Amino acid sequence: MKPKTGGKIDCDVLVIGAGPIGCTAARFAAKNGAENVLVIEKRQEIGSPVRCAEGVSLSWLEELEIDDLGDAIKWKVKGAKLYSPSGHKMTIGKELAGDEVGAVLERDVFDKEMAVLAAKEGVDFMLKTTAKDVIKENGEVVGVKAENMGEKFEIRAQLVIGADGFESQVGRWGGVYDTLKPSDIMTCFQYRLSNIDFDPEHTHFYLGSVAPGGYLWIFPKGEDKANVGLGLQLSRLDGNKTPKDYLDEFIEDHEEFDKGQAVDMVAGGVCVDHPPDSVITDGLMLVGDASRVVDPITGGGIANGMKQAKIAGEVAAEAVEEGKTDEEFLSRYEKRWRKRLEDKLWRNYLAKEKAMELDDEQFDMIVDALSDQDLDELSTEALLKAVADKHPELVESFKDML
Amino acid sequence: MSVEVDMDKCMHCGACVGTCPENVLFLNDLLLEVNKGCIDCELCVKVCPVGALKLRGD
Ligand SMILES: Cc1cc2nc3c(=O)[nH]c(=O)nc-3n(C[C@H](O)[C@H](O)[C@H](O)COP(=O)(O)OP(=O)(O)OC[C@H]3O[C@@H](n4cnc5c(N)ncnc54)[C@H](O)[C@@H]3O)c2cc1C
Repeated sequence: MKPKTGGKIDCDVLVIGAGPIGCTAARFAAKNGAENVLVIEKRQEIGSPVRCAEGVSLSWLEELEIDDLGDAIKWKVKGAKLYSPSGHKMTIGKELAGDEVGAVLERDVFDKEMAVLAAKEGVDFMLKTTAKDVIKENGEVVGVKAENMGEKFEIRAQLVIGADGFESQVGRWGGVYDTLKPSDIMTCFQYRLSNIDFDPEHTHFYLGSVAPGGYLWIFPKGEDKANVGLGLQLSRLDGNKTPKDYLDEFIEDHEEFDKGQAVDMVAGGVCVDHPPDSVITDGLMLVGDASRVVDPITGGGIANGMKQAKIAGEVAAEAVEEGKTDEEFLSRYEKRWRKRLEDKLWRNYLAKEKAMELDDEQFDMIVDALSDQDLDELSTEALLKAVADKHPELVESFKDML
Repeated sequence: MSVEVDMDKCMHCGACVGTCPENVLFLNDLLLEVNKGCIDCELCVKVCPVGALKLRGD
Protein backbone atom coordinates (compact mmCIF):
# COMPACT_ATOMS: atom_id res chain seq x y z
CA MET A 1 0.00 0.00 0.00
CA LYS A 2 1.06 3.58 -0.62
CA PRO A 3 0.87 6.34 1.96
CA LYS A 4 -1.21 9.34 1.00
CA THR A 5 0.06 12.81 1.72
CA GLY A 6 -2.48 15.63 1.62
CA GLY A 7 -5.10 13.35 0.04
CA LYS A 8 -2.76 12.58 -2.81
CA ILE A 9 -0.37 9.83 -3.89
CA ASP A 10 2.77 10.40 -5.92
CA CYS A 11 4.60 7.78 -7.92
CA ASP A 12 6.91 7.46 -10.91
CA VAL A 13 4.99 4.89 -12.92
CA LEU A 14 1.28 4.28 -12.38
CA VAL A 15 -0.29 1.20 -13.97
CA ILE A 16 -4.10 1.04 -14.25
CA GLY A 17 -5.30 -2.57 -14.06
CA ALA A 18 -3.69 -5.61 -12.42
CA GLY A 19 -4.41 -8.07 -15.22
CA PRO A 20 -1.46 -10.15 -16.39
CA ILE A 21 -0.44 -7.38 -18.76
CA GLY A 22 -0.46 -4.56 -16.24
CA CYS A 23 1.43 -6.68 -13.73
CA THR A 24 4.02 -7.55 -16.38
CA ALA A 25 4.52 -3.94 -17.47
CA ALA A 26 4.96 -2.95 -13.81
CA ARG A 27 7.33 -5.85 -13.18
CA PHE A 28 9.64 -4.91 -16.05
CA ALA A 29 9.54 -1.22 -15.19
CA ALA A 30 10.72 -2.05 -11.66
CA LYS A 31 13.18 -4.67 -12.83
CA ASN A 32 14.81 -2.11 -15.12
CA GLY A 33 15.26 0.46 -12.44
CA ALA A 34 12.03 2.43 -11.94
CA GLU A 35 11.73 2.80 -8.19
CA ASN A 36 8.27 3.96 -7.42
CA VAL A 37 5.87 1.78 -9.42
CA LEU A 38 2.23 1.49 -8.37
CA VAL A 39 -0.51 -0.74 -9.81
CA ILE A 40 -4.14 0.06 -9.03
CA GLU A 41 -6.90 -2.51 -9.55
CA LYS A 42 -10.60 -1.89 -9.14
CA ARG A 43 -11.46 -5.46 -8.19
CA GLN A 44 -11.03 -6.80 -4.69
CA GLU A 45 -9.29 -9.90 -5.96
CA ILE A 46 -6.71 -10.04 -8.74
CA GLY A 47 -7.69 -12.50 -11.47
CA SER A 48 -11.26 -13.05 -10.34
CA PRO A 49 -13.82 -13.38 -11.80
CA VAL A 50 -12.07 -15.07 -14.74
CA ARG A 51 -12.87 -13.73 -18.21
CA CYS A 52 -10.94 -16.15 -20.36
CA ALA A 53 -10.89 -19.56 -22.04
CA GLU A 54 -7.40 -19.99 -20.56
CA GLY A 55 -5.69 -21.50 -23.61
CA VAL A 56 -2.07 -20.54 -24.27
CA SER A 57 0.94 -21.90 -26.08
CA LEU A 58 4.02 -22.53 -23.98
CA SER A 59 6.50 -20.89 -26.32
CA TRP A 60 6.73 -17.40 -24.85
CA LEU A 61 7.60 -18.04 -21.20
CA GLU A 62 11.33 -17.75 -21.74
CA GLU A 63 11.02 -14.37 -23.45
CA LEU A 64 9.02 -13.20 -20.44
CA GLU A 65 11.66 -14.51 -18.04
CA ILE A 66 9.22 -16.85 -16.34
CA ASP A 67 10.83 -20.08 -15.12
CA ASP A 68 7.87 -21.94 -13.83
CA LEU A 69 4.14 -21.38 -13.84
CA GLY A 70 3.53 -23.98 -11.15
CA ASP A 71 -0.12 -24.36 -10.25
CA ALA A 72 -1.17 -21.79 -12.84
CA ILE A 73 -1.00 -24.51 -15.51
CA LYS A 74 -4.00 -26.75 -15.08
CA TRP A 75 -3.66 -29.06 -18.08
CA LYS A 76 -1.47 -29.63 -21.12
CA VAL A 77 -2.50 -30.67 -24.62
CA LYS A 78 -0.70 -32.27 -27.56
CA GLY A 79 -2.47 -30.41 -30.31
CA ALA A 80 -5.70 -29.04 -31.69
CA LYS A 81 -8.61 -30.43 -33.67
CA LEU A 82 -10.62 -28.35 -36.11
CA TYR A 83 -14.19 -29.29 -37.08
CA SER A 84 -16.13 -28.02 -40.06
CA PRO A 85 -19.93 -27.60 -39.93
CA SER A 86 -20.70 -30.97 -41.50
CA GLY A 87 -18.13 -32.79 -39.41
CA HIS A 88 -14.90 -32.82 -41.43
CA LYS A 89 -12.00 -32.84 -39.04
CA MET A 90 -8.32 -32.01 -39.06
CA THR A 91 -5.71 -32.46 -36.37
CA ILE A 92 -2.81 -30.14 -35.76
CA GLY A 93 0.05 -30.81 -33.39
CA LYS A 94 3.00 -32.96 -32.62
CA GLU A 95 1.03 -36.12 -32.12
CA LEU A 96 3.84 -38.45 -33.05
CA ALA A 97 6.43 -36.82 -30.85
CA GLY A 98 3.92 -36.58 -28.04
CA ASP A 99 5.20 -33.18 -26.98
CA GLU A 100 2.83 -31.00 -25.08
CA VAL A 101 2.53 -27.77 -27.00
CA GLY A 102 -0.39 -26.01 -25.43
CA ALA A 103 -1.58 -25.37 -21.93
CA VAL A 104 -4.84 -24.50 -20.28
CA LEU A 105 -4.33 -22.15 -17.36
CA GLU A 106 -6.06 -21.45 -14.11
CA ARG A 107 -6.33 -17.77 -15.01
CA ASP A 108 -7.06 -16.57 -11.49
CA VAL A 109 -3.93 -18.36 -10.21
CA PHE A 110 -1.92 -17.17 -13.21
CA ASP A 111 -2.93 -13.52 -12.77
CA LYS A 112 -2.00 -13.57 -9.09
CA GLU A 113 1.30 -15.22 -9.96
CA MET A 114 2.06 -12.38 -12.38
CA ALA A 115 1.29 -9.91 -9.57
CA VAL A 116 3.61 -11.80 -7.22
CA LEU A 117 6.45 -11.60 -9.75
CA ALA A 118 5.92 -7.84 -9.92
CA ALA A 119 5.73 -7.51 -6.13
CA LYS A 120 9.07 -9.33 -5.89
CA GLU A 121 10.60 -6.54 -7.97
CA GLY A 122 9.28 -3.96 -5.52
CA VAL A 123 6.01 -2.95 -7.23
CA ASP A 124 3.23 -1.61 -4.95
CA PHE A 125 -0.41 -2.68 -5.38
CA MET A 126 -3.68 -1.07 -4.33
CA LEU A 127 -6.82 -3.18 -4.75
CA LYS A 128 -10.43 -1.97 -4.82
CA THR A 129 -9.02 1.23 -6.29
CA THR A 130 -10.69 2.52 -9.45
CA ALA A 131 -9.38 5.11 -11.90
CA LYS A 132 -12.34 7.39 -12.72
CA ASP A 133 -10.64 9.80 -15.11
CA VAL A 134 -7.20 10.87 -16.23
CA ILE A 135 -5.77 14.21 -15.11
CA LYS A 136 -4.34 16.23 -17.96
CA GLU A 137 -2.23 19.36 -17.63
CA ASN A 138 -1.17 21.27 -20.75
CA GLY A 139 -2.30 18.32 -22.84
CA GLU A 140 -0.15 15.86 -20.91
CA VAL A 141 -1.47 13.01 -18.77
CA VAL A 142 -0.09 13.54 -15.26
CA GLY A 143 -2.14 11.11 -13.22
CA VAL A 144 -5.65 9.88 -12.50
CA LYS A 145 -8.60 10.62 -10.28
CA ALA A 146 -9.09 7.54 -8.16
CA GLU A 147 -11.54 6.06 -5.69
CA ASN A 148 -10.80 3.50 -3.02
CA MET A 149 -13.59 2.22 -0.79
CA GLY A 150 -15.57 5.42 -0.95
CA GLU A 151 -12.58 7.75 -0.68
CA LYS A 152 -11.69 10.03 -3.59
CA PHE A 153 -8.13 11.16 -4.24
CA GLU A 154 -5.58 11.92 -6.94
CA ILE A 155 -2.67 9.78 -7.98
CA ARG A 156 0.08 11.72 -9.73
CA ALA A 157 2.71 9.98 -11.83
CA GLN A 158 5.47 10.82 -14.27
CA LEU A 159 4.09 8.16 -16.55
CA VAL A 160 0.71 6.41 -16.64
CA ILE A 161 0.30 2.96 -18.23
CA GLY A 162 -3.27 2.01 -19.19
CA ALA A 163 -3.65 -1.79 -18.83
CA ASP A 164 -7.37 -1.75 -18.20
CA GLY A 165 -8.35 -4.48 -20.63
CA PHE A 166 -11.09 -4.67 -23.27
CA GLU A 167 -13.28 -2.23 -21.37
CA SER A 168 -10.41 0.33 -21.43
CA GLN A 169 -11.45 3.84 -20.59
CA VAL A 170 -7.96 5.17 -19.97
CA GLY A 171 -7.17 5.20 -23.69
CA ARG A 172 -10.40 7.05 -24.43
CA TRP A 173 -10.04 9.54 -21.57
CA GLY A 174 -6.51 10.15 -22.81
CA GLY A 175 -7.83 10.75 -26.34
CA VAL A 176 -5.61 8.05 -27.85
CA TYR A 177 -8.05 6.24 -30.09
CA ASP A 178 -11.55 5.83 -31.47
CA THR A 179 -14.25 3.37 -30.66
CA LEU A 180 -14.38 -0.08 -32.22
CA LYS A 181 -16.31 -1.23 -35.28
CA PRO A 182 -18.91 -3.94 -34.60
CA SER A 183 -17.09 -6.24 -37.04
CA ASP A 184 -14.02 -6.05 -34.82
CA ILE A 185 -15.81 -7.05 -31.62
CA MET A 186 -16.38 -10.61 -30.47
CA THR A 187 -18.96 -11.30 -27.80
CA CYS A 188 -18.28 -14.46 -25.81
CA PHE A 189 -19.92 -16.85 -23.42
CA GLN A 190 -18.48 -19.95 -21.78
CA TYR A 191 -19.26 -22.66 -19.25
CA ARG A 192 -16.72 -24.69 -17.41
CA LEU A 193 -18.32 -28.10 -17.73
CA SER A 194 -17.47 -31.03 -15.53
CA ASN A 195 -18.43 -34.66 -16.02
CA ILE A 196 -18.17 -34.66 -19.81
CA ASP A 197 -17.06 -37.34 -22.22
CA PHE A 198 -14.46 -36.02 -24.69
CA ASP A 199 -10.85 -36.18 -25.92
CA PRO A 200 -8.87 -34.25 -23.29
CA GLU A 201 -5.54 -34.42 -25.14
CA HIS A 202 -6.52 -31.77 -27.67
CA THR A 203 -8.13 -28.39 -27.80
CA HIS A 204 -11.17 -28.43 -30.10
CA PHE A 205 -12.37 -25.70 -32.45
CA TYR A 206 -15.74 -25.71 -34.26
CA LEU A 207 -16.10 -23.42 -37.27
CA GLY A 208 -19.04 -22.00 -39.20
CA SER A 209 -22.58 -21.15 -38.21
CA VAL A 210 -22.34 -22.62 -34.69
CA ALA A 211 -20.53 -19.35 -33.98
CA PRO A 212 -21.02 -16.83 -36.82
CA GLY A 213 -17.88 -14.81 -37.47
CA GLY A 214 -16.00 -16.57 -34.66
CA TYR A 215 -15.63 -20.11 -33.38
CA LEU A 216 -16.67 -22.44 -30.62
CA TRP A 217 -13.98 -23.90 -28.38
CA ILE A 218 -13.49 -26.81 -26.02
CA PHE A 219 -10.35 -26.35 -23.94
CA PRO A 220 -9.68 -29.27 -21.59
CA LYS A 221 -9.07 -28.67 -17.90
CA GLY A 222 -8.84 -32.33 -16.93
CA GLU A 223 -9.89 -35.82 -18.05
CA ASP A 224 -13.58 -34.98 -17.84
CA LYS A 225 -13.77 -31.21 -17.64
CA ALA A 226 -13.31 -28.36 -20.07
CA ASN A 227 -14.01 -24.74 -20.85
CA VAL A 228 -16.73 -24.88 -23.49
CA GLY A 229 -17.47 -21.51 -24.99
CA LEU A 230 -17.86 -19.42 -28.10
CA GLY A 231 -17.17 -16.02 -29.54
CA LEU A 232 -19.47 -14.39 -32.11
CA GLN A 233 -18.89 -11.38 -34.27
CA LEU A 234 -21.10 -8.56 -33.05
CA SER A 235 -22.24 -7.54 -36.53
CA ARG A 236 -23.31 -11.13 -37.28
CA LEU A 237 -25.63 -11.59 -34.33
CA ASP A 238 -29.01 -12.72 -35.36
CA GLY A 239 -32.06 -11.04 -33.85
CA ASN A 240 -32.47 -11.47 -30.13
CA LYS A 241 -30.34 -14.58 -29.83
CA THR A 242 -27.51 -14.08 -27.34
CA PRO A 243 -24.14 -15.87 -27.31
CA LYS A 244 -25.43 -17.82 -24.32
CA ASP A 245 -28.38 -19.03 -26.45
CA TYR A 246 -25.99 -20.20 -29.20
CA LEU A 247 -23.88 -22.10 -26.69
CA ASP A 248 -26.85 -23.68 -24.93
CA GLU A 249 -28.07 -24.96 -28.30
CA PHE A 250 -24.70 -26.52 -29.14
CA ILE A 251 -24.45 -28.24 -25.77
CA GLU A 252 -28.01 -29.52 -26.07
CA ASP A 253 -27.18 -31.02 -29.49
CA HIS A 254 -24.03 -32.89 -28.42
CA GLU A 255 -24.40 -36.01 -26.37
CA GLU A 256 -20.86 -35.88 -24.97
CA PHE A 257 -22.22 -33.13 -22.74
CA ASP A 258 -25.39 -34.96 -21.65
CA LYS A 259 -24.15 -35.47 -18.10
CA GLY A 260 -22.15 -32.25 -18.01
CA GLN A 261 -22.60 -29.78 -15.19
CA ALA A 262 -21.46 -26.19 -15.33
CA VAL A 263 -19.32 -25.17 -12.39
CA ASP A 264 -18.56 -21.72 -13.75
CA MET A 265 -19.95 -19.19 -16.22
CA VAL A 266 -17.86 -16.63 -18.08
CA ALA A 267 -18.86 -13.72 -20.30
CA GLY A 268 -16.75 -11.13 -22.05
CA GLY A 269 -15.83 -9.06 -25.06
CA VAL A 270 -12.73 -9.42 -27.21
CA CYS A 271 -11.37 -6.90 -29.69
CA VAL A 272 -10.17 -8.41 -32.97
CA ASP A 273 -9.21 -5.15 -34.65
CA HIS A 274 -5.88 -4.49 -36.34
CA PRO A 275 -3.38 -2.60 -34.17
CA PRO A 276 -4.44 1.04 -33.74
CA ASP A 277 -2.35 3.83 -35.29
CA SER A 278 -1.15 4.98 -31.91
CA VAL A 279 -1.15 3.65 -28.35
CA ILE A 280 0.64 6.60 -26.73
CA THR A 281 0.17 10.24 -25.93
CA ASP A 282 2.13 12.63 -23.71
CA GLY A 283 2.51 10.93 -20.32
CA LEU A 284 0.52 7.81 -21.27
CA MET A 285 1.15 4.40 -22.80
CA LEU A 286 -1.46 1.70 -23.40
CA VAL A 287 -0.69 -1.98 -23.20
CA GLY A 288 -2.42 -5.37 -23.59
CA ASP A 289 -6.11 -5.57 -24.46
CA ALA A 290 -6.34 -1.83 -23.80
CA SER A 291 -4.02 -1.34 -26.79
CA ARG A 292 -5.83 -3.89 -28.96
CA VAL A 293 -3.09 -6.43 -29.55
CA VAL A 294 -5.26 -9.54 -29.27
CA ASP A 295 -4.58 -12.01 -32.07
CA PRO A 296 -7.49 -11.38 -34.48
CA ILE A 297 -7.66 -15.02 -35.57
CA THR A 298 -7.54 -16.82 -32.24
CA GLY A 299 -8.76 -14.08 -29.92
CA GLY A 300 -5.82 -14.90 -27.66
CA GLY A 301 -4.41 -11.85 -25.94
CA ILE A 302 -2.22 -13.12 -23.13
CA ALA A 303 0.99 -13.93 -25.01
CA ASN A 304 0.94 -10.86 -27.28
CA GLY A 305 0.08 -8.56 -24.40
CA MET A 306 2.80 -9.94 -22.16
CA LYS A 307 5.46 -9.56 -24.87
CA GLN A 308 4.33 -6.00 -25.43
CA ALA A 309 4.17 -5.31 -21.67
CA LYS A 310 7.79 -6.29 -21.22
CA ILE A 311 8.76 -3.63 -23.77
CA ALA A 312 6.43 -1.10 -22.13
CA GLY A 313 8.08 -1.74 -18.77
CA GLU A 314 11.56 -1.31 -20.20
CA VAL A 315 10.65 1.96 -21.89
CA ALA A 316 8.87 3.19 -18.73
CA ALA A 317 12.07 2.66 -16.77
CA GLU A 318 14.08 4.54 -19.40
CA ALA A 319 11.54 7.37 -19.44
CA VAL A 320 11.64 7.82 -15.68
CA GLU A 321 15.42 7.59 -15.64
CA GLU A 322 15.74 10.32 -18.25
CA GLY A 323 12.82 12.35 -16.96
CA LYS A 324 11.17 12.36 -20.40
CA THR A 325 7.63 11.09 -20.84
CA ASP A 326 6.45 13.08 -23.86
CA GLU A 327 5.04 11.36 -26.90
CA GLU A 328 8.29 11.77 -28.79
CA PHE A 329 10.23 9.88 -26.15
CA LEU A 330 7.53 7.24 -25.77
CA SER A 331 7.60 6.60 -29.51
CA ARG A 332 10.46 4.21 -28.78
CA TYR A 333 7.83 2.00 -27.13
CA GLU A 334 5.74 2.15 -30.30
CA LYS A 335 8.72 1.29 -32.47
CA ARG A 336 9.86 -1.65 -30.37
CA TRP A 337 6.54 -3.36 -29.76
CA ARG A 338 5.46 -2.92 -33.36
CA LYS A 339 8.71 -4.48 -34.54
CA ARG A 340 8.01 -7.45 -32.28
CA LEU A 341 4.30 -7.94 -33.01
CA GLU A 342 2.79 -5.80 -35.73
CA ASP A 343 3.42 -7.81 -38.91
CA LYS A 344 1.81 -10.89 -37.46
CA LEU A 345 -1.13 -8.93 -36.09
CA TRP A 346 -1.82 -7.40 -39.50
CA ARG A 347 -1.48 -10.72 -41.29
CA ASN A 348 -3.89 -12.39 -38.89
CA TYR A 349 -6.28 -9.46 -39.14
CA LEU A 350 -6.42 -9.81 -42.92
CA ALA A 351 -6.86 -13.56 -42.54
CA LYS A 352 -9.70 -12.95 -40.10
CA GLU A 353 -11.40 -10.56 -42.51
CA LYS A 354 -11.21 -13.29 -45.16
CA ALA A 355 -12.48 -15.99 -42.80
CA MET A 356 -15.48 -13.79 -41.98
CA GLU A 357 -16.64 -14.08 -45.59
CA LEU A 358 -16.71 -17.88 -45.59
CA ASP A 359 -19.94 -19.81 -45.35
CA ASP A 360 -20.47 -23.31 -43.98
CA GLU A 361 -19.89 -24.95 -47.35
CA GLN A 362 -16.57 -23.22 -47.76
CA PHE A 363 -15.46 -24.21 -44.26
CA ASP A 364 -16.38 -27.79 -45.13
CA MET A 365 -14.36 -27.62 -48.31
CA ILE A 366 -11.28 -26.15 -46.61
CA VAL A 367 -11.19 -28.47 -43.62
CA ASP A 368 -11.83 -31.43 -45.90
CA ALA A 369 -8.96 -30.42 -48.17
CA LEU A 370 -6.63 -30.09 -45.20
CA SER A 371 -7.70 -33.20 -43.34
CA ASP A 372 -5.12 -35.39 -45.06
CA GLN A 373 -2.24 -33.07 -44.15
CA ASP A 374 0.05 -33.51 -41.20
CA LEU A 375 0.53 -30.20 -39.53
CA ASP A 376 3.20 -30.51 -36.89
CA GLU A 377 3.15 -27.02 -35.65
CA LEU A 378 0.30 -25.67 -33.60
CA SER A 379 0.38 -22.15 -35.01
CA THR A 380 -1.80 -19.86 -37.05
CA GLU A 381 1.08 -19.42 -39.48
CA ALA A 382 1.37 -23.15 -40.17
CA LEU A 383 -2.37 -23.35 -40.69
CA LEU A 384 -2.47 -20.37 -43.05
CA LYS A 385 0.40 -21.81 -45.07
CA ALA A 386 -1.46 -25.09 -45.43
CA VAL A 387 -4.58 -23.20 -46.56
CA ALA A 388 -2.45 -21.26 -49.06
CA ASP A 389 -1.24 -24.55 -50.52
CA LYS A 390 -4.73 -25.84 -51.25
CA HIS A 391 -6.67 -22.61 -51.71
CA PRO A 392 -4.32 -19.82 -52.78
CA GLU A 393 -7.29 -17.57 -53.58
CA LEU A 394 -8.15 -17.36 -49.89
CA VAL A 395 -4.82 -15.86 -48.92
CA GLU A 396 -4.49 -13.52 -51.90
CA SER A 397 -4.91 -10.36 -49.79
CA PHE A 398 -2.00 -11.21 -47.49
CA LYS A 399 0.10 -13.70 -49.40
CA ASP A 400 3.23 -11.56 -49.07
CA MET A 401 2.99 -11.87 -45.33
CA LEU A 402 3.15 -15.65 -45.26
CA MET B 1 -33.28 7.97 -24.07
CA SER B 2 -30.93 5.55 -22.52
CA VAL B 3 -30.43 1.89 -21.65
CA GLU B 4 -31.31 -0.01 -18.53
CA VAL B 5 -29.48 -2.93 -17.00
CA ASP B 6 -31.05 -6.01 -15.51
CA MET B 7 -28.60 -6.50 -12.64
CA ASP B 8 -29.97 -10.00 -12.05
CA LYS B 9 -28.59 -11.00 -15.44
CA CYS B 10 -25.48 -8.79 -15.63
CA MET B 11 -22.22 -10.76 -15.29
CA HIS B 12 -20.04 -7.64 -14.89
CA CYS B 13 -17.95 -8.64 -17.89
CA GLY B 14 -17.49 -5.21 -19.45
CA ALA B 15 -18.32 -6.29 -23.02
CA CYS B 16 -20.77 -3.38 -23.26
CA VAL B 17 -18.29 -0.91 -21.75
CA GLY B 18 -15.64 -1.58 -24.38
CA THR B 19 -18.26 -1.49 -27.15
CA CYS B 20 -20.15 1.71 -26.32
CA PRO B 21 -19.15 4.32 -28.93
CA GLU B 22 -20.10 7.23 -26.67
CA ASN B 23 -18.32 6.09 -23.51
CA VAL B 24 -21.54 6.19 -21.56
CA LEU B 25 -21.03 2.94 -19.64
CA PHE B 26 -18.59 2.25 -16.82
CA LEU B 27 -18.15 -0.89 -14.79
CA ASN B 28 -17.59 -0.02 -11.17
CA ASP B 29 -16.54 -3.51 -10.13
CA LEU B 30 -19.97 -5.11 -9.68
CA LEU B 31 -22.09 -2.14 -10.64
CA LEU B 32 -22.69 -1.11 -14.23
CA GLU B 33 -23.05 2.68 -14.37
CA VAL B 34 -25.08 4.21 -17.18
CA ASN B 35 -24.01 7.85 -17.58
CA LYS B 36 -25.45 10.64 -19.71
CA GLY B 37 -24.94 10.77 -23.47
CA CYS B 38 -26.58 7.57 -24.72
CA ILE B 39 -27.44 7.78 -28.44
CA ASP B 40 -29.68 4.67 -28.50
CA CYS B 41 -27.40 2.82 -30.92
CA GLU B 42 -28.20 -0.42 -29.10
CA LEU B 43 -24.72 -1.88 -29.63
CA CYS B 44 -24.48 -2.60 -25.90
CA VAL B 45 -27.84 -4.36 -26.03
CA LYS B 46 -26.57 -6.57 -28.87
CA VAL B 47 -23.09 -7.24 -27.51
CA CYS B 48 -24.24 -8.34 -24.06
CA PRO B 49 -23.46 -12.09 -23.91
CA VAL B 50 -26.49 -12.75 -21.69
CA GLY B 51 -29.00 -10.13 -22.83
CA ALA B 52 -28.92 -8.00 -19.68
CA LEU B 53 -29.39 -4.61 -21.38
CA LYS B 54 -32.35 -3.04 -23.11
CA LEU B 55 -33.43 0.36 -24.31
CA ARG B 56 -35.32 2.23 -21.63
CA GLY B 57 -39.01 2.03 -22.28
CA ASP B 58 -38.74 -0.97 -24.62
C1 LIG C 1 -14.35 -15.25 -23.10
C2 LIG C 1 -12.90 -14.92 -23.35
C3 LIG C 1 -12.02 -15.95 -23.67
C4 LIG C 1 -10.67 -15.66 -23.86
N1 LIG C 1 -9.81 -16.70 -24.10
C5 LIG C 1 -8.47 -16.48 -24.22
C6 LIG C 1 -7.56 -17.57 -24.36
O1 LIG C 1 -7.96 -18.73 -24.35
N2 LIG C 1 -6.23 -17.28 -24.49
C7 LIG C 1 -5.76 -16.00 -24.47
O2 LIG C 1 -4.53 -15.80 -24.61
N3 LIG C 1 -6.60 -14.95 -24.33
C8 LIG C 1 -7.94 -15.16 -24.20
N4 LIG C 1 -8.81 -14.09 -24.03
C9 LIG C 1 -8.26 -12.74 -24.00
C10 LIG C 1 -7.56 -12.50 -22.66
O3 LIG C 1 -8.47 -12.75 -21.61
C11 LIG C 1 -7.06 -11.07 -22.59
O4 LIG C 1 -6.24 -10.83 -23.70
C12 LIG C 1 -6.26 -10.80 -21.31
O5 LIG C 1 -7.05 -10.90 -20.17
C13 LIG C 1 -5.69 -9.39 -21.41
O6 LIG C 1 -5.05 -9.04 -20.22
P1 LIG C 1 -5.04 -7.52 -19.76
O7 LIG C 1 -4.18 -7.51 -18.54
O8 LIG C 1 -4.72 -6.64 -20.90
O9 LIG C 1 -6.55 -7.19 -19.40
P2 LIG C 1 -7.51 -7.84 -18.27
O10 LIG C 1 -7.11 -9.23 -17.96
O11 LIG C 1 -8.89 -7.58 -18.73
O12 LIG C 1 -7.18 -6.95 -17.01
C14 LIG C 1 -7.57 -5.60 -16.92
C15 LIG C 1 -7.68 -5.25 -15.46
O13 LIG C 1 -7.90 -3.85 -15.32
C16 LIG C 1 -8.86 -3.63 -14.32
N5 LIG C 1 -9.46 -2.32 -14.57
C17 LIG C 1 -10.25 -1.96 -15.64
N6 LIG C 1 -10.62 -0.68 -15.55
C18 LIG C 1 -10.05 -0.19 -14.41
C19 LIG C 1 -10.07 1.09 -13.78
N7 LIG C 1 -10.74 2.13 -14.33
N8 LIG C 1 -9.40 1.25 -12.61
C20 LIG C 1 -8.71 0.20 -12.05
N9 LIG C 1 -8.66 -1.04 -12.62
C21 LIG C 1 -9.31 -1.23 -13.78
C22 LIG C 1 -9.82 -4.78 -14.48
O14 LIG C 1 -10.57 -4.99 -13.30
C23 LIG C 1 -8.88 -5.93 -14.80
O15 LIG C 1 -8.44 -6.61 -13.64
C24 LIG C 1 -10.18 -14.33 -23.81
C25 LIG C 1 -11.09 -13.30 -23.52
C26 LIG C 1 -12.43 -13.58 -23.28
C27 LIG C 1 -13.35 -12.46 -22.95
